Amino acid sequence: MTSPSDQRLTDAADDGSGRERPAPAGAAAAIRLRRPIFLDLMRIQIPVGALTSIGHRISGVVLAASVPMAVYLFGLSLRDAAGFAEVAGLFGRLAYKAAAVIVVWALAHHILGGVRHLLTDFDVGSPLRAARRSAWFVNLAGVVVALLAAMVLW
Amino acid sequence: MRIRFTGLKAWWVQRVSAIYMLLFVLFLLYSFGLHPVHAHPQWRGWVAQPGVSATFLIFFAALLAHMWVGLRDVLLDYARPAGLRRLLLVAVAAGLFGMAVWLLVILSRLQA
Repeated sequence: MTSPSDQRLTDAADDGSGRERPAPAGAAAAIRLRRPIFLDLMRIQIPVGALTSIGHRISGVVLAASVPMAVYLFGLSLRDAAGFAEVAGLFGRLAYKAAAVIVVWALAHHILGGVRHLLTDFDVGSPLRAARRSAWFVNLAGVVVALLAAMVLW
Repeated sequence: MRIRFTGLKAWWVQRVSAIYMLLFVLFLLYSFGLHPVHAHPQWRGWVAQPGVSATFLIFFAALLAHMWVGLRDVLLDYARPAGLRRLLLVAVAAGLFGMAVWLLVILSRLQA
């Protein structure tokens, strides 16, 4: 069943000949109206799985950005006793504690989201209801693990 | 030699490295849970054991390969125009190569 506006859209579509077809009056306006071009952030609903997905990407970039520092600290802690003490002492500082909590969140979210992704490869948890539930679990568990890390550090 | 890690190969690299790293993280949590590290000689001695060193070495290889596939995906999605994208890809590849050398130096010093 085609509505009148759908019909107008079809009329205005390119017929593949490369020539401009004479569009009925108002067709362009109809197309413009039908596209959700507004970016009203209060009205856009992001599904929970989309948050898990973009969170996976953001946490991956955060982790990648933290790797050079982690390699440096790994080398320093292995070099000698003074280096080891220096690394251990760093985590008494506020900035390092905050950074550690963010990295722990990224790690937890990335690992849990990654396991969810791997299970999906084997068709485990693919139905919408299960996928939504596991997405909520990943999003919340990442935050919970980060809070636990904060409690340990402070 | 060119290691490209694209298409299906990248898909496999990402999954195999992810599973190894997941097991490695569980191994670390288990080891530190059983024997918390408080001093340098203990820490160094543990990592220097051939078995543990090899476990770390494979972990770093998995990490760098995983980072390449992931960062490459991100750059292919967002970095524009193509010239900038190519530049950033080369920069990431160079950075990862540099870290590979750095990690090899760190681990090989333990065996000295």
